[in-house]
Amino acid sequence: MSDTSHHIVPYSTYGLILLLLLVLTGTSVAVTQIELTKWSTAVALLLAGTKSAFVLAIFMHLKFDQKIFRIMAVLIILLLASVIIITFLDYAFR
Amino acid sequence: MTSNDSENKGYKSYLEEDGGRKGIFKWILSTDHKRIALLYLYSMMVWFTVGVVLGLLMKLELIAPGQTIMGPQSYNATFTVHGVIMIFLIVIPGLPAVFGNFMLPIQIGAKDVAFPRLNLLSWYIYVLGSILVILSLFGNGPPDTGWTFYAPYSFKTGTNMLPAALGAFVLGFSSILTGLNFIVTIHRMRAPGMTWFKMPLFTWTLYGTGWIQLLATPIIGITLLMVAGDRILGIGFFDPAKGGDPLLYQHLFWIYSHPAVYIMILPAMGVISEIIPTFSKKTIFGYKAIVLSTLAIAFVGYFVWGHHMFTSGMSGTALYTFSILTFLVAIPSAIKVFNWISTMHQGSISTDIPFLWAASFIFVFLIGGLTGLVVGALATDVHLHDTAFVVAHFHFIVFGGVGFAFFGAIHYWFPKIFGRMYDKSWAKTGWIIFFVGFVTLYGPMFYLGMIGMPRRYFDYLDEFHGPNIVSTLGALVMIAGLLIILTNLIKAARHGEKTTEMNPWGGTNLEWQIPTPPPLENFDEIPVIEKATYKYD
Ligand code: HEM
Ligand SMILES: [Cu+2]
Repeated sequence: MSDTSHHIVPYSTYGLILLLLLVLTGTSVAVTQIELTKWSTAVALLLAGTKSAFVLAIFMHLKFDQKIFRIMAVLIILLLASVIIITFLDYAFR
Repeated sequence: MTSNDSENKGYKSYLEEDGGRKGIFKWILSTDHKRIALLYLYSMMVWFTVGVVLGLLMKLELIAPGQTIMGPQSYNATFTVHGVIMIFLIVIPGLPAVFGNFMLPIQIGAKDVAFPRLNLLSWYIYVLGSILVILSLFGNGPPDTGWTFYAPYSFKTGTNMLPAALGAFVLGFSSILTGLNFIVTIHRMRAPGMTWFKMPLFTWTLYGTGWIQLLATPIIGITLLMVAGDRILGIGFFDPAKGGDPLLYQHLFWIYSHPAVYIMILPAMGVISEIIPTFSKKTIFGYKAIVLSTLAIAFVGYFVWGHHMFTSGMSGTALYTFSILTFLVAIPSAIKVFNWISTMHQGSISTDIPFLWAASFIFVFLIGGLTGLVVGALATDVHLHDTAFVVAHFHFIVFGGVGFAFFGAIHYWFPKIFGRMYDKSWAKTGWIIFFVGFVTLYGPMFYLGMIGMPRRYFDYLDEFHGPNIVSTLGALVMIAGLLIILTNLIKAARHGEKTTEMNPWGGTNLEWQIPTPPPLENFDEIPVIEKATYKYD
């Protein structure tokens, strides 16, 4: 590929994201103390999803990549989300 | 045969080009996509033979009620290993690994796949996985869970469950890497002018398949690891006694395994979409509709897994959602059938052997697909689930679909691959015997299922005896046909009449415009594509 897409991310950004990820990890542990009943999985997945979004965008450079790859990644995440939602048509209504 | 002849000066085919290696190393160290394809072909033939023998043993056991040649435990082990071999070692990798590897780069005008070394590695992983599966036959006794490894039995049984499940896990990596390789190859290596909508349909189906391999396979990997966790560490993901949920296992298993049936059938549909226009000498009808239905099948196929669990105790909401979605997925499949038939309509058809396989594919695929709808409907499935009917459904569609397409493909591309020709009349004799045997073997199972014969038992009530005799006789006929077909092909690959004809069937894809057998890097010069494929006249 052409070398126009070389984007250099400063270390400070990486540090910031790392901190954010740790905070979110802490949150997902803390949140288990609250009785969310059937929403607990949704909340856990939401937090985990946010974390992976940051990893994908910054650490894996998706944010600076071609649009087509961003579209692909989003579509795949939507696919996975639909599979999980459909699974819960069973668990939530059983 | 002058301009159609590739016999010329100084060109060396991939079969003569040995990369300076000797003996078996010419094969197992080569990164040429064509040699790797043949490595897969030969290894699969070995496992297929084992699988067929196990299948025959089951049919012999079922020729009469009571114990005939084996007891219940052996029978359970036989259907498990038969299923694991046929599904994970043959039909999932089958068409992509053999014909995809061989034809995909050629069809898009590339010299090889995007990652040739990774391609060879995938084959090694395949071999490792298959050895693990075979190892499960020794030791504590072969696994007896069925190829579906359902929990909780799979973490409780004392038999050799782990090697088989680990084998399936390892094979998954081979599948993922092949899918990845194909996706990247199609995105990055198309020849100039080979736009998306000029791509041959077989390549298109490999593209759809590649995405399923890439995205669905990790799920079965994780699931099998979870079973291992339950078995070895007693974690209890699927153990109700520990707050786990056995139904979760079924969800996870089918979230992969239903899309996996499209890994099997999509490339088969691709092969048929190649053979039909070539032998009808007519442009394929509705090229775009076929492409879009391929993508639609790949996509909707992700959302129907629950139809395997209609009687497992899911919520009512899940039941009807899955049933509706299942009916939706039949639409794109039917579109393809209409397109094939319309292609043949008013074409000038030549009934050469690849065409016969393709036509019979349509026949068995229709029966398989329509009976899929019978079990896809909630009410009828309650009656038919876990009966011989389901076994008939998926053999019609997996063996009838993928198997017929595989035989069609090998007879179609054989001269190109080996530079030799098989005996055409023996090929036809084998086909008709096989076809008659096939229908006689699996047809009665629909009836047996409807009158209530359950699947996966070594014994049955007297009232089921008659159709079972017919079925076993069908198996013997089918195997006779199979022996003829395989002997004919093996003989031809070794001593068949040599041919250098570039385009024996009058096809329009790029593989028919390069020498027979192809040179090492397929093309001297990367071609520039101007005309869409499937244009006759
Ligand atoms: C029109 C399309 C199809 C529909 C509506 C359909 C529907 C179904 C349903 C509802 C079942 C579960 C029946 C039961 O267990 O009670 C089933 C089983 C099965 N189907 Fe299909 N199917 C279709 C196409 C296919 C294709 C294309 C394949 C493979 C290439 C396939 C392979 C299988 C297999 C392997 C099983 C049995 C799994 C097992 O329990 O061991 N089906 N199908
Ligand atoms: Cu299914």
